[in-house]
Amino acid sequence: MTVRTLIGATSLLAMVATGTLVHAATPQPGETLSDNQTFTYRVLDEFPSIDPGLIEDVEGSHVARQLFEGLLSQDAQGNVVPGVATEWTASEDGTTWTFKLRPEAKWSNGDPVTANDFVYAWRRAADPALASPYAWYIELMKVANAGPVIAGEMPSDQLGVRAVDDHTLEVRIDSPIPYFPQMVTHTTTFPVPQKVIEEFGNQWTQPGNMVGNGAYVLSERVPQERIVMTKNPNYWDAQNVIIDTVTALIINDEQQALTRYLAGEMDQTDIPIGQYPRLKEEYPTEAIAVPNLCTYFYHVNMTDAAPEALKDQRVREALSLAIDRDILVNNVLAGGQTAAYTLTHEATAGWEVPEVPAAAMTQEERNARAQELMAEAGYGTDGEPLTLEILYNTDQAHQQVAVAVSQMWKQTLGIDTTLANQEWQTFLDARKQADYQLARAGWCADYNEASSFLDVFTSNSDSNDSKYFSDEYDALMEQSRTAEDPLPIYQEAEEMLARDVPLLPIYFYSSDFIMDDSIKGYAVENAQENWYAKDMYRVAQE
Amino acid sequence: MLSFILRRLLVAVPTILILIVISFILMFAAPGGPFNSEKPLPAAVMANIESRYGLDQPYVVQIFNYVWNIVAHFDFGPSFKYRDQTVTGLIAQGFPVTLTYGFWAFLVAVVVGVALGVLAAIRHNTWLDYLATGSAIGASVLPNFVLAPILVLVFTLWLGWLPGGGWNGGQWQYVVLPVIALATTYLAAIARITRSSMLEVMNSNFIRTARAKGLPMSRIILRHALKPAMLPVLSYLGPAFVAMITGSVVIDVFFSTGGIGQYFVNSALNRDYSVIMGVTILVGVLTILFNLVVDILYAWIDPKIRL
Repeated sequence: MTVRTLIGATSLLAMVATGTLVHAATPQPGETLSDNQTFTYRVLDEFPSIDPGLIEDVEGSHVARQLFEGLLSQDAQGNVVPGVATEWTASEDGTTWTFKLRPEAKWSNGDPVTANDFVYAWRRAADPALASPYAWYIELMKVANAGPVIAGEMPSDQLGVRAVDDHTLEVRIDSPIPYFPQMVTHTTTFPVPQKVIEEFGNQWTQPGNMVGNGAYVLSERVPQERIVMTKNPNYWDAQNVIIDTVTALIINDEQQALTRYLAGEMDQTDIPIGQYPRLKEEYPTEAIAVPNLCTYFYHVNMTDAAPEALKDQRVREALSLAIDRDILVNNVLAGGQTAAYTLTHEATAGWEVPEVPAAAMTQEERNARAQELMAEAGYGTDGEPLTLEILYNTDQAHQQVAVAVSQMWKQTLGIDTTLANQEWQTFLDARKQADYQLARAGWCADYNEASSFLDVFTSNSDSNDSKYFSDEYDALMEQSRTAEDPLPIYQEAEEMLARDVPLLPIYFYSSDFIMDDSIKGYAVENAQENWYAKDMYRVAQE
Repeated sequence: MLSFILRRLLVAVPTILILIVISFILMFAAPGGPFNSEKPLPAAVMANIESRYGLDQPYVVQIFNYVWNIVAHFDFGPSFKYRDQTVTGLIAQGFPVTLTYGFWAFLVAVVVGVALGVLAAIRHNTWLDYLATGSAIGASVLPNFVLAPILVLVFTLWLGWLPGGGWNGGQWQYVVLPVIALATTYLAAIARITRSSMLEVMNSNFIRTARAKGLPMSRIILRHALKPAMLPVLSYLGPAFVAMITGSVVIDVFFSTGGIGQYFVNSALNRDYSVIMGVTILVGVLTILFNLVVDILYAWIDPKIRL
């Protein structure tokens, strides 16, 4: 299949699906709705922002998905469904996308939602004047002129997005992206109300000022305490919205949040590390573990400043092989995480984990091979004594992993490990300066595609804290961008990483939470966990 | 008296300025910055943000602008981390919260602490003394990060009487546990200071004289002993009061009250420069103010002290 036909097929499918499909909360036959239609959940910290143009964290985006509606949304499985747009098509060459907007869509103040609201929002997000930490997302979408606009070299009205008429939006992109519809489910692309922003400035996100086009409106916001959203009567599909109040409680302490959950103060909270098995046994219908698109690994310092031993590929490979990931995921973390021998999370869309040698071996075989490699390199039990340092940001979970890994290395390879922990910002700085030997990292996908992981190790990546510079790897990733089927190239890239070992993959994250079993319609199967309260409801329990 | 107060307030101005400069130096000396994260921002995006927040200016200019905005506009700037909020807004929201539970905790700590201390002193070496001293020591070795989870376990999870956190506009049910958790340590300290100071006063000559004159015990304690016995307590109460009304990171984090106590730690970890400065200045000003109040009270209690 060529790129063109792939895009054609996607948009055709989209066209077929539109018009008839309205995604909303749909109780199953036999379910009785509860009188109490509220959903209360816990968040870790105050939201850095709930302005779609400025949002940079997952929790802020959860709030924005209730208060706003983008061109497209996701269903409970993460598939693209209509949002404000009802139809979307790509041009023959895949570089122009046209979205037809539903005429009945309204802002919460009653104004109609028009294509210009999207044009304004996208220009604003890219505009240096807003200084959005997510401006790069517009560039990632390859919207024409995004780079120069963000760099301040071009006025924002030169951005490749325009309103053909009130209900038609046209986007020009630099090169075809087959998954472009997926990308416009992201909060940075949500419309924002120009009139309101111009009136209130940066106070427009305060209750009373804030106007959105989502199923809910902001009714209360107390920094570091709570945010309350109530049903928006002006939402175009309001008659199908069942949950009437959504509350986020800001609770820093995970354990305290769990206690309050157990006391019945909320419907959902995260499970602290190590407690999943116990809770699953006690609350089998409430404790949930689902894949989360992040990978936990150790950066290996690949610079000249690294210890001599780490410059030896055999040592790096031995270190990786000697980590018994099964013990880590089953006994230390015990929350549905899975062993990782490669970088890209196994649950990534369209991804097939390549069979790297380490993954196919048993741990005995891995240990034996690791000892062989170490002996060849002349370190460890019968060679030169070796002491390495693992650096991680101060956190109990990271410490537990590091302690276990150092034990494994001691037993299998006879090398010593010292553990060093640093406060977050200091840690990031040390890692960026390559002032470490081995450093913990947790990388999360920005979008559900393998390159979101693999791009980390390209030479020009800002996140390549291993300082792994490989022309061959860069060439592969470059090639993948225009390939009809990038999968085999991505797999080759993974094999390269497994061979060169600039990182020690450890595990694929899971997201462990506990949720009241009367709540239905939550996006449990959506790998990005993008949930929409408008699709949820609470059933009555006997 | 008036000239004393004026003099002290005048000295406060350079003190605060020095506080600001030292805080700035410490802040910029810490590695990292407010906009660093696991995913580094592209250079162009970072440049836009730094220019928006004036972080691309030389340090001296930044400090000057900061002080100027406070003096000229009473503007403490926007929060770097919580971009929807200004520092003034965050403090205006959070300070009443800590002020409320801090004030009640102060009241509880002083009333109960002084009562326990006096009781223990006048019933020196009886079972009452042992009980009061014992519980005071018990309370002082029970830090609030241990006490708070126990309180929640008992009153929220087991008994179901009180909510385990939140503030909800300051309804009394939400205030009780934070007050107990915060008051306990201070209460214990006040009780111990009161007891030892009271013991000393009760053994002094003028009390012996009062006793010899045949004054009733209650009158001796309330009219004559308590006032001088309060002097050491008072010097403890000044800073304690400021510490309590500006909240505690443990209480705020644990009970999710939304108070400003948490910003002392979180803003530093987040490198939220403007919030760090905001809370530092707030605590600085309050400390200077209440130290002054304590000095004035000293003069009022003890005529030997001249201002």
